[in-house]
Amino acid sequence: MADAARDPPPDRTDFQELEDGEDLFPEPAATQESEPASLPAADISTNSNGPKHDSLFDDDPEDLFAEATEEVSLDSPEREVLLSDGPSPAITPITPPTSVITPRIGNAHDDMFTHSSFDEIEEEEACDSFDMHISVSDPEKVGDGMNAYMAYKVTTKTSMSVFKLNEFSVKRRFSDFLGLHSKLASKYLHIGYIVPPAPEKSIVGMTKVKVGKEDQSSNEFVEKRRLALERYLMRTVKHPVLLKDPDVLQFLESSELPRAVSTQALSSAGLLRMVNKAADAVNKMTIKMNESDAWFEEKQQHFENLDIQLRKLHASVESLVCHRKELSVNTAQFAKSAAMLGNSEDHTALSRALSQLAEVEEKIDQLHQDQANGDFFLFSELLGDYVRLITAVRGVFDHRMKTWQKWQDSQFLLQKKREAEAKLQGANKPDKLQQAKDEIKELEGKVQQGERDFEQISKTIRKEVSRFEKERVNDFKTIIIKYLESLVQTQQQLIKYWEAFLPEAKAIS
Amino acid sequence: MTDEVNKGTSTLSVHIDSIKVKEVLNEGDTLTFLIVSQKLSGTGECPVDRTYDDFEWLQQHLFSQEDVPGIQGVIFPPLPGKAQVNASVKVMKQLGFLGLGEWQPYCTALETFLRQVAAHSILSKNQAVETFLTSSDPPGRQKVKKNIFNRLSQAMVEMRTEGHKDVDEFFQTERDHNLVLTGCTKNAAERFLDVVQTQQKIATASGHFSTALHLCIEPGEDPDKQAFSKICAEFSEVFESMKKNMTSVAENNVSTLGLSLDLESRYQEAEKEMLLRRTCKLVELETSRRNAEKAKPVKKAALEEVRKAAETEFEHICGVAKQEITQLQRSRVEAMKQALVQLCEKQIHTARESADQFNQHLQAFRGMA
Repeated sequence: MADAARDPPPDRTDFQELEDGEDLFPEPAATQESEPASLPAADISTNSNGPKHDSLFDDDPEDLFAEATEEVSLDSPEREVLLSDGPSPAITPITPPTSVITPRIGNAHDDMFTHSSFDEIEEEEACDSFDMHISVSDPEKVGDGMNAYMAYKVTTKTSMSVFKLNEFSVKRRFSDFLGLHSKLASKYLHIGYIVPPAPEKSIVGMTKVKVGKEDQSSNEFVEKRRLALERYLMRTVKHPVLLKDPDVLQFLESSELPRAVSTQALSSAGLLRMVNKAADAVNKMTIKMNESDAWFEEKQQHFENLDIQLRKLHASVESLVCHRKELSVNTAQFAKSAAMLGNSEDHTALSRALSQLAEVEEKIDQLHQDQANGDFFLFSELLGDYVRLITAVRGVFDHRMKTWQKWQDSQFLLQKKREAEAKLQGANKPDKLQQAKDEIKELEGKVQQGERDFEQISKTIRKEVSRFEKERVNDFKTIIIKYLESLVQTQQQLIKYWEAFLPEAKAIS
Repeated sequence: MTDEVNKGTSTLSVHIDSIKVKEVLNEGDTLTFLIVSQKLSGTGECPVDRTYDDFEWLQQHLFSQEDVPGIQGVIFPPLPGKAQVNASVKVMKQLGFLGLGEWQPYCTALETFLRQVAAHSILSKNQAVETFLTSSDPPGRQKVKKNIFNRLSQAMVEMRTEGHKDVDEFFQTERDHNLVLTGCTKNAAERFLDVVQTQQKIATASGHFSTALHLCIEPGEDPDKQAFSKICAEFSEVFESMKKNMTSVAENNVSTLGLSLDLESRYQEAEKEMLLRRTCKLVELETSRRNAEKAKPVKKAALEEVRKAAETEFEHICGVAKQEITQLQRSRVEAMKQALVQLCEKQIHTARESADQFNQHLQAFRGMA
């Protein structure tokens, strides 16, 4: 494994992302996934993500290319096309021992590769059954003032063979997570993989922490973030393809990580990104795809609906959480007033009972707080995660449309070239004719590639959506069960408190 | 706070404990209360319709019994504030617990008022009580002119006499204690009301969430869709259960401790008024003593008469007051005890029910493939 290949020279990455207009801007962008710049011109340029580019031609990929279609030679123009949307994510420098990961490039001879397809990767995964647990813990403030940051300990426990050890930890800061996501997004989103979005950046929240405000709200913020980071990592590694990605492995394993600099909150890169996003939106509106596959149309509608529903649910839960917090405050105040009443009461037994009542109410207040946290941390955050995930899913569908558009564009161009060639047939310009013929050949290759890309992304999305839907059901079920368990427990606690109080009340005479 | 001891001396023709304020009817602008009591003679029920104005009429009659010795020493059962249809926010706030839940707590409060009046040894003897409870026609609506509660001067009186030092330690202590307790009780009642109202908000919010979840249910044969729809359906039920639970908890709070704190609060006000009247009389007595002492021989005899009358009246008042205070102490402790015990038992019951329901939901989810 060429470690050098894995560490992207930072400025190159920057350049990269600027060109691609990827997620340099923190919050919304982290969720709306980064696509290559919408300006079509940029697509065809030779921008390839530095590190990936290098690694392609290191070590083993040579072999894969040897098997690849003859049409693609390492130096051919086709390569540019193939690499323009970002490198093939299917090729990673890490060759898992038992499976061969199919290069996306050169799938022309399908029969050669049926044995090494995404299906097989999944099978491998099933055998090497997912046994991995990541925890994010021990938030620690490093540094002072506005340059301070929180460092989190990321511990991985696993028996999976792709890792060197069974248990290991590293220290990471928030921008590292954002950096990881940014890399994964640039590699995988545009070919149809649903890359889990990173937690959102929060200028307000972090500023409080930096300034050193040690109050409940900043503690809550850190806790909320810690849990969000944990969920993010778990989702990422649960994805069989992402798990094998070198950036992911490096993130989890290596003790030093180059800082992801492009995640500064307010930066010119961020502004550029916003501009690109706007351009993107306009572009999207003008792509009218002839959807031949009803499945995609239906799914797209489905996700649009789901988006709306989840957002509504999220708002509902926030309201519930708010009321619960209010209840906690009110209960505490009532407890105080009951205690005061007990103190001013002459009658001994009644006085004692009222004081006890105050204590019971205080305990109940604690229960309310825990319940509010439960509502919030379990639920509200889950819904928030899924709202962002759905956005990533819809982004992936958009990429498919773009891919289709590219294919159509190539076809259109080819058509034009053919017409031009036909005209040149008559004229006596052998040079120009040859040039036209060459260009046609090139375009034919592009068209074929475009079609392959489109089919591949469609296929990938189908799988991804299926996986996503299953995950969604499991996720929700798990959280709901946890939630119900907490509800039951709360009621049982209440029973205990009241039963302890009852004899005191009865003893008043 | 039913006055058990005085039951035997009631002159009413109905069972005190049978007095019920059954229903409230909304007739345009006014609320009409249907009151039913059982006849002592065993001849059946005695239903009457009364409005709030009728209750006030009764109260006025009780206040104006000047010929009854020591009447000013009575702690009059407090009548709740006026309930109005489409009441303003201010009115509802003043009603506190009584303004909640479609007037049920309010009816209970009126019922308590009537039972206490009916059970009071001195008050129940007033004809107005019998008329109120049994006469099929609404009692006369004319305003009773003079009564010992001339509210206009009340505030001024309060200012002048509140701090007046007492001659009797028992009463001085009681006055001080009443002052402290009134503040604490009022505070506790208000805080508890806040708790209840927030619980109601949570119940409503849970209902909304349940509805929102229900909307996520999608028809279709896609197995993943079905799985998710199933989850949403079942989870929607969970929030319905939560709504029921919260509603119950809030109701339990209102019907036990809530009403109890409210009644306590009003009774402490009533006691305060009584103590104030007594203190006024004390001031009057001390004044009449001084006047008699300083009187010129010509006026002396007359002033002596005045002094004697004042003394007698004061003695009567003190006598009644002491009884009333002792009585009140006993009954309020008893009432609080009952409220706390009931609160406890009801909340335990609700918690058990809810725990069962949540468990059922939990099993349903665990059982889902």
